[in-house]
Amino acid sequence: MQVSAMAIDLARIQFAFTVSFHIIFPALSIGLASFVAILEWRWLKTGEAVYLDLCRYWSKVFAVGFGMGVVSGLVMAYEFGTNWSAFSNFSGSITGPLLSYEVLTAFFLEAGFLGIMLFGWDKVSKKAHFAASCMVAIGTIISMFWILSSNSWMQTPTGYSIVNGRVEPQDWFAVIFNPSFPYRLAHMGLSAFIATALLVAGSSAWHLLNGRRDRGVKISFSMALAMLTLLAPLQALVGDAHGLNTLEYQPAKLAAMEGIWETETDGTALNLFGIPDMAAEKTHYAVSIPHLGSLILTHSWNGQIRGLKSFAPQDRPNSLLLFWSFRLMVGLGLLMIALGLLHLWLRRRDRLYDSAALQRFALWMSPAGFIALLAGWVTTEAGRQPWVVYGLLRTNQAVSPISQHQLSVSLSILVCVYLLVFGTGLYYLIKLLRSGPAQHERTAAGDKEQLGALTTWSGRRPISAAETPIDANPNNKE
Amino acid sequence: MLDLSLIWAAIIALGVFIYVVLDGFDLGIGLLFPLFPDKQDRDVMMNTAAPVWDGNETWLVLGGACLLAAFPVVYSAVLSALYLPLILMLVGLIFRGVAFEIRAKAKRTQPLWDLAFMGGSALATFCQGMALGAYIQGIKVEHREFAGSGMDWLTPFSLFTGLGLLVTYAMLGAGWLLIKTEGRLQARLYQLLRPLSMLFLFVVALVSLVTPMVDPAIASRWFTTPNIFWLLPFPLGVALCGVGIWRALQRQQENRPYLLTLLMVALGYIGFLISIWPHLIPPSITLWEAAAPASSQRFALYGAVIILPVILAYTALGYWVFRGKVRASDSGYH
Repeated sequence: MQVSAMAIDLARIQFAFTVSFHIIFPALSIGLASFVAILEWRWLKTGEAVYLDLCRYWSKVFAVGFGMGVVSGLVMAYEFGTNWSAFSNFSGSITGPLLSYEVLTAFFLEAGFLGIMLFGWDKVSKKAHFAASCMVAIGTIISMFWILSSNSWMQTPTGYSIVNGRVEPQDWFAVIFNPSFPYRLAHMGLSAFIATALLVAGSSAWHLLNGRRDRGVKISFSMALAMLTLLAPLQALVGDAHGLNTLEYQPAKLAAMEGIWETETDGTALNLFGIPDMAAEKTHYAVSIPHLGSLILTHSWNGQIRGLKSFAPQDRPNSLLLFWSFRLMVGLGLLMIALGLLHLWLRRRDRLYDSAALQRFALWMSPAGFIALLAGWVTTEAGRQPWVVYGLLRTNQAVSPISQHQLSVSLSILVCVYLLVFGTGLYYLIKLLRSGPAQHERTAAGDKEQLGALTTWSGRRPISAAETPIDANPNNKE
Repeated sequence: MLDLSLIWAAIIALGVFIYVVLDGFDLGIGLLFPLFPDKQDRDVMMNTAAPVWDGNETWLVLGGACLLAAFPVVYSAVLSALYLPLILMLVGLIFRGVAFEIRAKAKRTQPLWDLAFMGGSALATFCQGMALGAYIQGIKVEHREFAGSGMDWLTPFSLFTGLGLLVTYAMLGAGWLLIKTEGRLQARLYQLLRPLSMLFLFVVALVSLVTPMVDPAIASRWFTTPNIFWLLPFPLGVALCGVGIWRALQRQQENRPYLLTLLMVALGYIGFLISIWPHLIPPSITLWEAAAPASSQRFALYGAVIILPVILAYTALGYWVFRGKVRASDSGYH
C-alpha cells in the first residue's frame, strides 16, 4: 500500500507531539525520585521532621508526574506498531528486546514499589519504606538506560547485519553500547536532574518571594541550587563531548546544527546568528567568528568540518530548525550556569535566602530545564532525518500502511485529549507546587518530638489532614 | 534445541492473561462507579486499586514490548490493523490513569475526574473487547504487512465482544470489591452481583456459541471427533463455575465469586488459545512464521526467564502489603 506524503507528515507530527509531551514527565520522575529518596535518607539519618515533610510533599508531586508519564508512555509503546509498523518490522528484532528489558527491569520495579512508596507509610517499617523509595529511583534510571540505548542505536547503529531486508542482531554488546549511547545517556541523565533542580528551585523561589521563610522551603531552595551549580557546568563538558561524537558519526547533523555549507580547509568559523536556507544552500545574515567553529567542534585551530553541500540534498536534515533548536538549548544552558554562579556568590556572602534578584531569576528559570531538554531532543531527532535508523531506513519508508484519513482522526483526538488531560494535569502540578511543603507548628519540645510515632502524629493523617485540596480557590487559602 | 518461538508465545500468552486478571478488576471498578454515587464509597473503591494500578497496567506494556521483540511482524501488522480501537483504548487509559492520581487531590473538580475515570475505563475496556473480536475474526496480511482496510475491525461480532468484555470486567471488579470492602458497601455489592453474574453467564454462553460460528476453522476444531471429547471439560468447567458463583453469593462467601470468575476467565482464555492455535495472526500466520531472529528471541528470553519470577514475587509482595479490607477512615491513601 502506497503511503501518501501527507500521511507521513501526519505520522511524524503525531509522534513528535506525543513524545515531546511524554519526555517531560520521565525527566521529572528521574530527578524527583532521587530527590525524594535523598530527603527520606536524611530524615532517617537526622530524625528531623522537616525532611519527612519535604519527602512526603515532593513524593506527591512525583506521583502526579509519574502517573502522567506512565499513561503517556503507554501510548509510545503502541505507537511504534500503529504508526510505524514498517520500522517495527525492519528493526523490531533490536528495538523490541531493548524495550522488553526496559519493561522487565525498570517499569515493573517502579510500578511495583510505587504503591508502597506513596501509600505504604504506615503499612511497612521506615527502612522498608526507604528501600521502596530507592527501588523506584533506581527503576527510573534503569528505564532511561534502556530507552536511550534503543534511541542511540537508531542514531548510530552497530552490532547488526541485514538479512532478508530486515535487521538481525549480531553482537548485543555492540548494539547496547553503540557509539553515541554513553554520551547521550550522560547528557540526558544530567538534563533530567538539572530540569528537576530548576523546577524545585523555581517553586521554592516563588515561596520565598511570597514571604515564606520556613526551613522546608529554604532547604529545597538550597539543595536544588547546589545541585544546579554542580551539574550545569558538567553538562556543558558532556555536551561538548557529545558534539565531538556527533561530528564523527553524524557529520550531516552537525553541519546542519551549525549552518555550515562549505567544507573549509583552513578553519571553519562559528555562526553565532544566521538564517540557514535549505533551498539557497547558504546561511543568510550570518554573524560569525573565524576559527571558533573548528576550535569548539574539533578542538583544533584549523580542524575540518564537512559542510552540508558535501551531502546529497535528499540526505540533509533541516538546518534552519536545527540551527535554532541547538542555540536555544545552549543559550538556556549558559543561563543555568550563570544562575549557579550567582547562587554561589550570594551563598558565600550569606545572602542566599534574601536576594530577590536570585529568587526572580530562579523563578523565571524554573521551566528552562524542560525547554532546553526538548530543544536538545528536537536537535538530535530532527538531525537524524531523513533517516529513522541512521543510514539504514528512511523515515518515509518506516510508516504504517494506514490512510491519511485515519491518521488525521487519531492526531486530532490525541491533540485534544493531551491538551485536555495533560493540560489539566500540568495545572494541578503547578497548583501543588504553589501550595508548597507543609509548615508544622513547632512544639515546645522541638522538632524531634513530633516524630516519636508516625501514626499518632497530628492525627492519623500526618500531612493530608491539614492540607487544602489542590484545586481549592487560592483566595480562601490560608 | 529449544523452540524459542513457542516459549515466547507462551510467555506472551501468560503476560496477557496476568494483565486481564489484574487490570480487569481495576478497569471494572471504573465500570461500577456509576452505580455507586456516594463519594465515600467511591473513595474506598478507588483506594482498593490505587497502590497497584500502575503495576497492573505495566503488563499491557510488557505484552506490547515482548511482541515487538519476539514477533515483530505480529506487532506491526496487528497494531496497524487495529489502529483506531487501540488508539481509543490508549485514550481511555490516559483518562482513567490521570484520574487515579488527581481525583483524590481535587475537590471542586472531583465530579469531572469521576467522569474521566468512568468514561476512560469504559472506553478502554470496550476497545480491548473489540480488538479481541477483530483479532479472532482474522487479519489480512500480505508480504508481512497489514493489507486490509482501516475499518475491518468494526463488525457486529467485535461490537459484541466489546460489550462482553465490559460485563466480564465489571464482574471482576465487583468480585474484587467484595473481598476488599465491608458493611453497607459490601451488602450493596452482593445485591448487584446477583443480576450481574446472571448477565455474565449469559454473555459467556453466547460468546462460546457465536465464536465458532464466525469462523469455520474454529468450529471444526471444537465440534469434530475426537476433539469434542477432549474439549468437553471446558464447557463443563464453565458451567460448574457458574453454579459455584451463584451458591457463593447465596451463602455470602466473599472470596469465592472473584476467584470463580477468574477461573471462568482462565477457561475462556485457554479456549481462545485452542481456537487460534497455532496462529499468531489468524487466520494465516503461525507463531513460527512470525518469529524474530533467534538471536533476538534468545537475548530477550534471558531477561524474561530471570526477571519475570522476581517481578511476580514483588508484585505479590505489593498485594500482600495492602491486603485486607479498605476503609474510608484509612490513613495513607493520598
